Amino acid sequence: MRYLPLTDTDRQAMLAKIGAATVDDLFVDVPEVARLDGPIHDLPMHASEMSVERHMKALAAKNLVAGDVPFFLGAGAYRHHVPASVDTIIQRGEFLTAYTPYQPEIAQGTLQVLFEFQTQVARLYGCAVANASLYDGSTACWEAVAMATRVTKRSRAVLSGALHPHYAQVVKTMAHFTGDTIADAQPAITAEPDLEGLMARIDEDTACVVVQYPDILGRISDLTPVAEAAHAKGALLVVVNTEPVALGAIRSPGEMGADIVVGEGQSLGVGLNFGGPYLGLFAVRDPKHVRQMPGRLCGETTDAEGKRGFVLTLSTREQHIRREKATSNICTNSGLCALAFTAHMTLLGEKGLRRLAAENHRLACLAADRLAKVPGVEVLNTAFFNEFTLMLGGKPAREIVRDMADRGVLGGVSLGRLYPGVEALEHALLVAVTETTTEEDIERLAQELEASIKETV
Amino acid sequence: MNAPNQSGWKPAMIVSEDGMHNGPATTTGNRALMLEEPLLFEIGRLDVTGVDLPDIDTSAPTRLGGLARSEAIGLVGLTEPEAVRHYTRLSRQNYGIDLGFFPLGSCTMKHNPRLNEKMARLPGFADIHPLAPQSTVQGALEVVHQLGHWLCTLTGMPAVAMSPKAGAHGELCGILAIRAAHEARGDAREVVLVPESAHGTNPATAAFANYRVEDIPATPEGRVDVAALKARLGPDVAAVMITNPNTCGLFEKDFREIADAVHAVGGYVYCDGANFNAIVGKVRPGDLGVDAMHINLHKTFSTPHGGGGPGSGPVVLSEALAPYAPLPFVRKDTDGAFYLVEEENREERGPTFGRMTAFHGQMGMFTRALTYMLSHGADGLKQVAEDAVLNANYILRSMEDILHAPFAASGPCMHEALFGDKDFTEGLTTLDVAKGLIDEGYHPMTVYFPLVVHGAMLVEPTETESKAAIDQFITAFRAVVERALAGDEALKAAPYYAPRRRLDETGAARKPKLAYEG
Repeated sequence: MRYLPLTDTDRQAMLAKIGAATVDDLFVDVPEVARLDGPIHDLPMHASEMSVERHMKALAAKNLVAGDVPFFLGAGAYRHHVPASVDTIIQRGEFLTAYTPYQPEIAQGTLQVLFEFQTQVARLYGCAVANASLYDGSTACWEAVAMATRVTKRSRAVLSGALHPHYAQVVKTMAHFTGDTIADAQPAITAEPDLEGLMARIDEDTACVVVQYPDILGRISDLTPVAEAAHAKGALLVVVNTEPVALGAIRSPGEMGADIVVGEGQSLGVGLNFGGPYLGLFAVRDPKHVRQMPGRLCGETTDAEGKRGFVLTLSTREQHIRREKATSNICTNSGLCALAFTAHMTLLGEKGLRRLAAENHRLACLAADRLAKVPGVEVLNTAFFNEFTLMLGGKPAREIVRDMADRGVLGGVSLGRLYPGVEALEHALLVAVTETTTEEDIERLAQELEASIKETV
Repeated sequence: MNAPNQSGWKPAMIVSEDGMHNGPATTTGNRALMLEEPLLFEIGRLDVTGVDLPDIDTSAPTRLGGLARSEAIGLVGLTEPEAVRHYTRLSRQNYGIDLGFFPLGSCTMKHNPRLNEKMARLPGFADIHPLAPQSTVQGALEVVHQLGHWLCTLTGMPAVAMSPKAGAHGELCGILAIRAAHEARGDAREVVLVPESAHGTNPATAAFANYRVEDIPATPEGRVDVAALKARLGPDVAAVMITNPNTCGLFEKDFREIADAVHAVGGYVYCDGANFNAIVGKVRPGDLGVDAMHINLHKTFSTPHGGGGPGSGPVVLSEALAPYAPLPFVRKDTDGAFYLVEEENREERGPTFGRMTAFHGQMGMFTRALTYMLSHGADGLKQVAEDAVLNANYILRSMEDILHAPFAASGPCMHEALFGDKDFTEGLTTLDVAKGLIDEGYHPMTVYFPLVVHGAMLVEPTETESKAAIDQFITAFRAVVERALAGDEALKAAPYYAPRRRLDETGAARKPKLAYEG
């Protein structure tokens, strides 16, 4: 067994030192009835590296790889090109096989990376302070709502109808148990989001209003009025971003008055990975809210010789110190994904990020124009970044997506899958375009979409 | 006494008059291979990028709704050679399992097999979208299904929720399922009982789910005080949360009795499975009356800790709790095709309590964990538990003559050995011993946890260490402990040889500096 260094001779020598006859003597505290008499049934025995690899490759081969076909899926997970050096950096054993930096003298690598990561996220979001990451965008969204209830001492959250429905589900699931009230809504199928309607739902009991930017339909709009409306009622504005690349092109949420900005960081460095692990980003605009934040925070300090160094700090908010009074039960963050994000962001720099964003937007505009020419198809959005909604003239988007997949094109996410049972959304298709999309891919999508629409009743 | 290593070779140490520095100061602050590295923001430039992308065509029309970003973001860049060097230099200021022995109790720092990494990177797993049509991701759904089958089989439980993103998220999943099950019966219970030796996440999780947390004391033998627990049980108790093996490194031998008593008053039993690595393949928690238990794939099943995540925390559930499991989950239809149960077809599942995360869980960790399970197999996993327990007991018995081991007299430990600071010279602490071990080239054990032992030192060797490596650690550990017993004041300023001396954590918290300014 290739991962087990002890030999039988070692084991005998160690048992002798312990004073036990057999290793089972070390399991005496396990009640007899619960002890298994041999290897567990129903599972295979150990296997060579080669044979395990064969098994896993056979499973992998059953999946249609995004990079092998024209690919247009988004809705909270985006396919971007990750520079080759990012993966070699995160596979450095000193990063990969380290633990949470509880012994800072020998964890300065992880800690300095986290400090740089926090700074990058704060600047991208237009905020003062970001934490060292959470699990993913959806859990970060819930943590933002929970934090807003702590800050305002109110228990009602107003969700925009155009918040990712899975994020809304997570928030509603958690709120059910904490006793908070969640006012949610369905997205209105309009060219621009209904911010007036959203603002009208904010009242004196509202802890926060939660808005996605760009929203689930790919729309973008100035959130300054929402921030003002929220603040006028003593509520916080929480802005959710699922595509960080967008912020290389459009104004930051913090600049528009968001109090808490959260999001998914998967676009940079992490990859699609069938939905996880991903990277929750969490930042606050006003430093006075830092002590109400969830999750790990890395801070600068000095060592006994006066050298600059970094430590995890403000841990009196956390479960291992505060137990039932902690701001969150979160323990680890998404450290290695944060490293991938920050390495990718460092390689891009501001110059690269802006170019990357511009290229995404350029190709998305090309795609929108081309797809609008498909008979029966309309582009819903007035404004968008790299994702927009197509209305398919009464044709069912779910069937069209499946049909296009059979033709070798992954053509988008049907809103019917995200909003089951909502008739108005069954004919809408969400299309995402990134720098990995080619003009040939766009042409192929247009042709297959046209063919599929014709054939679908 | 064991030699530092088998050959007896020992590095020569040149020590200067002050006993600390082995040479004159350098101009750069570097010491040969120990290289200082500035912050990214001190070396990067706003006009530099390490990625080749087309120039922006400023004349091209945009559809950004008048929201184009005009102000500078402040994100500096590095070219590829600079970036690779920056992160490589930083990596060398980190301790990892690849570098040496990492006996961090309760965290299970075992070797992370590289085949796992290779398999997780197969494009068929890494480059697929969570919302891709299900007919195009049958292999991915099968991985989730197969891993779930292994977890159910190894734990003897009928169902598993795969979506929780980490151990603490898994705890939350289990406690929410318990709350939902009580609610479904209209049974408004208010209290969750948690032993005082529990991980901090346990009470934090129960409090999050709006339960009142009450502590249960430990016995002098380091186990749950069954009499005290039974005395507290009643119709207001929703659940107990018990770690088994517990945080003192001991098996809760009365677990079945506790479970029966909890069930008798209509409560549920949550088992914190953080230490499942001690019993995997030897004991099935399902045989002990568990209703819900999370499994840290990054502990028992060797997925990397990554400097603090990502983890993965699937939760196995009893028949009573299974209907309340969160969406989504994977099922197999009669034709052998795999499909997801999501909001759309949720009625297939019954009264699920909802959704915990946007997508399907930590797929990248599932592929790694399944690879590890297939590699070890049923026989290998049993050996994993046996070697982990053997190594821990070997350390316990090799240290107990000089280091206070509060529970050693009552019998063997499981996968970790617990010590206390009782006999240290006054003024010297567990922290000093930990820092002294850093100078000896080791990552310290877990310190000051569990809280039930004064100055706790929790040593978890895991099964992936050789006897020679463990012997060498014992030699070093004994040497440092003897310094603490003898009152060696120099220990109070350790570490001397790490990239940094002791860091001012109080100052960091008093005036938090959480981002680079400038």
